[in-house]
Amino acid sequence: MKVKITVNGTVHERDVEPRTLLVQFLRDELGLTGTKIGCDTSQCGACTVLVDGRALKSCTSLAVQVDGSEITTIEGMADGRELHPLQQSIWENHGLQCGFCTPGIILTTAAMLKHNPSPTDDEIRHGLEGNICRCTGYQNIVKAVKAVSAVRAGAD
Amino acid sequence: MWPSAFEYERPETLADALQVLAADDDAKALAGGHSLLPAMKLRLAEHGNLIDLGRLQELKGITTIRDGGLKIGALTTHAEIAASPEIRGTCRALSMAAGLVGDQQVRNWGTIGGNLAHADPASDPTTVILASEGTINLASTDGERSVAAEDFFIDLFTVDLMPGELITSIELPNLSTYQSAYVKMAHPASRYAIVGVCAVLQRDGDTCTRARIAVGGATVKPVRATGAEEALVGSSLDAAALDTAADALKADIEEWLIGDMSYSEEYRQDMAGVYLKRAVRAALG
Repeated sequence: MKVKITVNGTVHERDVEPRTLLVQFLRDELGLTGTKIGCDTSQCGACTVLVDGRALKSCTSLAVQVDGSEITTIEGMADGRELHPLQQSIWENHGLQCGFCTPGIILTTAAMLKHNPSPTDDEIRHGLEGNICRCTGYQNIVKAVKAVSAVRAGAD
Repeated sequence: MWPSAFEYERPETLADALQVLAADDDAKALAGGHSLLPAMKLRLAEHGNLIDLGRLQELKGITTIRDGGLKIGALTTHAEIAASPEIRGTCRALSMAAGLVGDQQVRNWGTIGGNLAHADPASDPTTVILASEGTINLASTDGERSVAAEDFFIDLFTVDLMPGELITSIELPNLSTYQSAYVKMAHPASRYAIVGVCAVLQRDGDTCTRARIAVGGATVKPVRATGAEEALVGSSLDAAALDTAADALKADIEEWLIGDMSYSEEYRQDMAGVYLKRAVRAALG
């Protein structure tokens, strides 16, 4: 089936099998391997991307379901060599070790901050329930998200 | 993981969707896909033809109906329900339950219609729809019908939904004179309900005049706890009344209990009593 999906601002037209998962489309068709397959059972959140601004586990969607949508993956977050504030903050706050969960964490929290620019610790943790990190624990991830919202509040 | 191969259709209207469902025995409706696709990836389910309902605008959104009740389109997502001021004002328990389904990503895509059709025993919204005495509206090429939640949930993953039928909306009565809450003991990893209890209460002063209690998670399907309701009505919802109601609730759900290697039937039954008390206190708070 023919689909037309915009990923990080670029329109891609492809002919895919209906059973192609969005994560397979991104990784195998488009070569955007920043989106990770962790559990492949809708639990770990490593495959999280934004679809028209909403966080989605891309292992739990067919590519054909998001035909016509605009997708943002981790590759679309930085502006050239300038890291996205969440990327910068996770780096500065040591919010990662192996980095496998990080793309999903960044996309999930980017969506969260759009709806709630200054979340509490509890709100950040509730928002991250669908993302599993097996290295750092969540302390520094929460700290990184808080730091971004504090910088943004200062800028307003 | 790849699901087995299937055909895919994406109708633009409800009428078209019902036509294709009626015409093909192997057709399966796809809403948010957050129960169906995981099952198909694990090859627990195979369907020859998926009918994607995602573009049916007529099944989306929340509207006020007669007598101040609410009609929730089947394709309304859990996130939309959790964020809706109308739902919070009319039935706070549903707002709470919708906000506790899975996680943010799942709530963004999972729909109330899909959730009810699937009827996972660990679902949160099903328990609230039962306690709220909601109505499920169905359509097929043969016409429309409405089923009370009490009759809709039949058994484990089994509901009153015939081949070729779709859930189009869920109606809730006006519960604005009630206080309600849904609380759950969530599985620490999956967040599925080990036990979920919904309390919908009406009071005159300190006296409870009406009580509707439903239990899920611990049971194969959402179950009304009528014994617990009787124990609460007429009481001031004090500690003694809650103790009596919790004991009654354990008897109410006895025949429907479900357990697994981590959480036995007996444990869930006990916890259901505890969570009844928490639900009542949360409703009053």
